[in-house]
Amino acid sequence: MLEIKNLHAKAGDKEILKGVDLTIRDGEIHALMGTNGAGKSTLSNVIVGNPAYEVTEGTITFNGEDLLAMTPDERANAGIFMSFQMPVEIPGVSMTNFIKAAVNAKRKSRGEEPIKPADFIKMIKEKRQLVEMDQKLMSRSVNEGFSGGEKKRNEIFQMAMLEPTFCILDETDSGLDVDALRIVATGFNKLRTAETSGIIITHYQRLLDYIKPDVVHVLIDGRIVKTGGPDLAQKIEEEGFEFIINNS
Amino acid sequence: MSDNNAFVRRVAEQKYEHGFTTDVHTEKIPAGLTEDIVRLISAKKGEPEWLLDFRLKAFRHWQTMKQPTWGHVHVPPIDYQAISYYADPMTKRNNAMGDGKGGIDPEVEKTFEKLGIPLEERLALAGVAVDAIMDSVSVKTTYKDKLKELGIIFMSIGEAVREHPDLVKEYLGSVVPYRDNFFAALNSAVFSDGSFVYIPRGVRCPMELSSYFRINAAGTGQFERTLIIADDDSYVSYLEGCTAPMRDENQLHAAIVEIVVKDRAEVKYSTVQNWYPGDEEGKGGVLNLVTKRGDLRGVDSKLSWTQVETGSAITWKYPSCILRGDGSSAEFYSVALTNNYQEADTGTKMIHMGRNTTSTIISKGISAGHSQNSYRGLVRATSQAKGARNYSSCDSLLLGSNCGAHTFPYMDIRNDSAVVEHEATTSKISEAQLLYCNQRGLSTEDAVGLIVNGYAKEVLQKLPMEFAVEAQKLLSVSLEGSVG
Repeated sequence: MLEIKNLHAKAGDKEILKGVDLTIRDGEIHALMGTNGAGKSTLSNVIVGNPAYEVTEGTITFNGEDLLAMTPDERANAGIFMSFQMPVEIPGVSMTNFIKAAVNAKRKSRGEEPIKPADFIKMIKEKRQLVEMDQKLMSRSVNEGFSGGEKKRNEIFQMAMLEPTFCILDETDSGLDVDALRIVATGFNKLRTAETSGIIITHYQRLLDYIKPDVVHVLIDGRIVKTGGPDLAQKIEEEGFEFIINNS
Repeated sequence: MSDNNAFVRRVAEQKYEHGFTTDVHTEKIPAGLTEDIVRLISAKKGEPEWLLDFRLKAFRHWQTMKQPTWGHVHVPPIDYQAISYYADPMTKRNNAMGDGKGGIDPEVEKTFEKLGIPLEERLALAGVAVDAIMDSVSVKTTYKDKLKELGIIFMSIGEAVREHPDLVKEYLGSVVPYRDNFFAALNSAVFSDGSFVYIPRGVRCPMELSSYFRINAAGTGQFERTLIIADDDSYVSYLEGCTAPMRDENQLHAAIVEIVVKDRAEVKYSTVQNWYPGDEEGKGGVLNLVTKRGDLRGVDSKLSWTQVETGSAITWKYPSCILRGDGSSAEFYSVALTNNYQEADTGTKMIHMGRNTTSTIISKGISAGHSQNSYRGLVRATSQAKGARNYSSCDSLLLGSNCGAHTFPYMDIRNDSAVVEHEATTSKISEAQLLYCNQRGLSTEDAVGLIVNGYAKEVLQKLPMEFAVEAQKLLSVSLEGSVG
């Protein structure tokens, strides 16, 4: 369970989050929508521990632990995963080596031995197929020369390999065509367990047609101004954010 | 060979379990550099007249020269009269790794552990059980017999002067004459010891001339002199140095390596260097000032230099190639890593003289901390060098905002048919890349190690396998503490 209480955060001198309260229980998927600059990405970056953002007030607990006291890699090994909006390229580091290091880092944090080569190869094949990812991409450098669709599928592939309990999809649908979106969403749904919880950040209804959220929040100017069920997203699609701003 | 390894390991395990001691020898001559000292060195080594003559000529010429200052490095003033120019090998070994009480310095031991250096090598490097391991009949005989069968000569320069004087006389100083530069003159006057390798016609050396030499590396000291001759149609791969951190009470290291490659012969020369780099404030540290050159005399001759430099306070060296023979080809692969206050000014000189010669330069600089890392390269094609081709790629990776990366490429091309290409990139590990790695569960230190090794991969792949693995770990270990 992720519990966010009265979260204030800034980037440089600019305050972006101005008191966010949010509780996400095991098994719940929450959609986060809002105007540009509202703070959606800021919230996701604060959860994963991006040092560019400073928390000035408030708390975040994850399964009872103080998340803000943990380094980004500790948070990842505790079970938090983010599918980045713009996945970065890492030249010279092959996908295989990268994901192997990540898998072993997680195992180490649990006191487990590094994964055996045969098991690793088997695991890669299995998870690749979930997102229809080409074998060739495994020997390429991380995200280097990947198309937009390949990058987003690579995010879900990594999620499959790391088996997180809390997933953040940060505008995963941006830049994807209809087919790519379907593959990414289907992949996520296959990975989802009864305990998996997460946040989906999106501007559009499309993704939410595939990954049905339990709760929908609207973030405007650094605060959650409205919370509702899945139909709220539909209403925003039809009427925009105006009605929310006017009615809050 | 595997029998020997098992034997060696058993002996090593026994010694390790029961603790070990070294004999502490203390044979050194008084400090200072005069003609008398040069004579004394030559006498202690029992050298013939011609070699003493060589040393004296070099010494007299050295006295007329001034220490160069054009490097992008701050070489502290060196008092040449305060250095002792001779110490016996046992002493040097003890100083390199010892804790002064007959055991291994615990810091050194920690690094051995991190680098995964095999047990028997650790002990041999520390001068411990050297007698038991290296003098054990099975190990020594196997190596020597195998090489002897093929007619390969591989011994210390001192021994070679005694057993093959004509060979040494013919080639010593023919690639790097004592007049070449200030440190070459110094080395030629006071060189201590080093390797002599001769590969006869048509012979392909069946083993890396590495493992054996490496174990003796600790004793060779500050003014190493190495001479490698590959006769027609021969092949040898030679590995110098060691990943274990080597301290030395003598700061100045001025070595010379000369390589002669004849018709259709090939030499691969690899160096992994991790001399003590000085402390976090930049105090102390070895000054590694080296002249290395290969003369590709033969038709279709080949030479490749591969270096991984992570140590020393100052690294100032340009392993170079003279592409004399028609169709000769040369390669230079380098990873130079500097951290804290280290400085490196390194690169290569490719001198194209014959027809249809080719050279490739791949240089990867990595700067961290407050260090300064420079690539300096010369590609020269004389007017006779028809069809000369060169490709150079110099990349710099900066870790942090307080370090520097510099590139000084020189091109001196005097033949119209020459084709010379040069590419350079400068990059930084971005915050976004680090966050991405962190978010996948990798600590920042592991992430930097992964990225740096990916960056250096092209060069590390050129090393003999056993060393490639250690070199990878060495890069990670050398960057410890460089990322906040």
